[in-house]
Amino acid sequence: MHSIDIISTVLMAGGAFFMLTGALGLLRLPDFYTRLHATGKCDTLGEVLIIVGCMVYQGWSFITIKLFFLMLFIFIANPVATHAIMKAAYVTGVKPWKKGDERM
Amino acid sequence: MRGCEGGDKMSKSEKAFPMIVTFCIMFVFWVLLSAWVSSHEAPGHFNLLHVCEGIIAALIVTVISHELLIPEKGEKVLVKTLRLIPYLGWELWQIALATFDVTYRVLHPKMPIDPRIIEFETTLRSDFALTTLANSITLTPGTITILVEPEAGKFVVHAIAQAPADALLVDQTMQRKVAHVYMEE
Repeated sequence: MHSIDIISTVLMAGGAFFMLTGALGLLRLPDFYTRLHATGKCDTLGEVLIIVGCMVYQGWSFITIKLFFLMLFIFIANPVATHAIMKAAYVTGVKPWKKGDERM
Repeated sequence: MRGCEGGDKMSKSEKAFPMIVTFCIMFVFWVLLSAWVSSHEAPGHFNLLHVCEGIIAALIVTVISHELLIPEKGEKVLVKTLRLIPYLGWELWQIALATFDVTYRVLHPKMPIDPRIIEFETTLRSDFALTTLANSITLTPGTITILVEPEAGKFVVHAIAQAPADALLVDQTMQRKVAHVYMEE
């Protein structure tokens, strides 16, 4: 096994772990707003790690550059999408969960 | 917006520079995306027809969007771009921290969360600065932007616990960094 294989496997496994954590957070956390914390943050790093893993595996080529741009757009689009969903919930009056409340 | 003192209609000579820059960026972007590789030796399909298509596509995008990409004029843009690069590095590190923070809170058996909604005001006014700060807040540990009021520079933020809320309300490291990048201190 080449060292490149090992590095890209470790990166992709890390990405998969964070995506899994995001999904787990979506199930475990108590309300709409806190669930968005889990998906919004874990998905960003998870996707980036998976893409970097692909870049390392691919080596230096035009596909690497395309993957890099993909990563850049994820960085811009992910927080904007999270913010848009959050704002929609806030404006329509979804009540945020406070410590000590019952789980919804 | 403080960065656009000359916010009147720009004359043709002032318009040319952003258009040329936008065209160059768009054409380089086209080359990067269109130069597909079938094997590792072939560098893609660069004959006259394909390059002409690329130039036309880049021109159309330039005409539509040259005001979006480079809305401000002068050498300040260069300084801001240079200052943005170390900020982006710091931001990448914050994203990693944010994910570890959320991972810890989700996987901890008792889930140490104490969500709250906080409000604060900043000195930032320009669209770029407000957008950068809003995105940065969402990407950093434990906070997500809910609302921004551009006139007052007011932010409404959802924080998952006390510590990340204090980082925005008391330390204000991020506000200072963004203000430094966009020179709006």
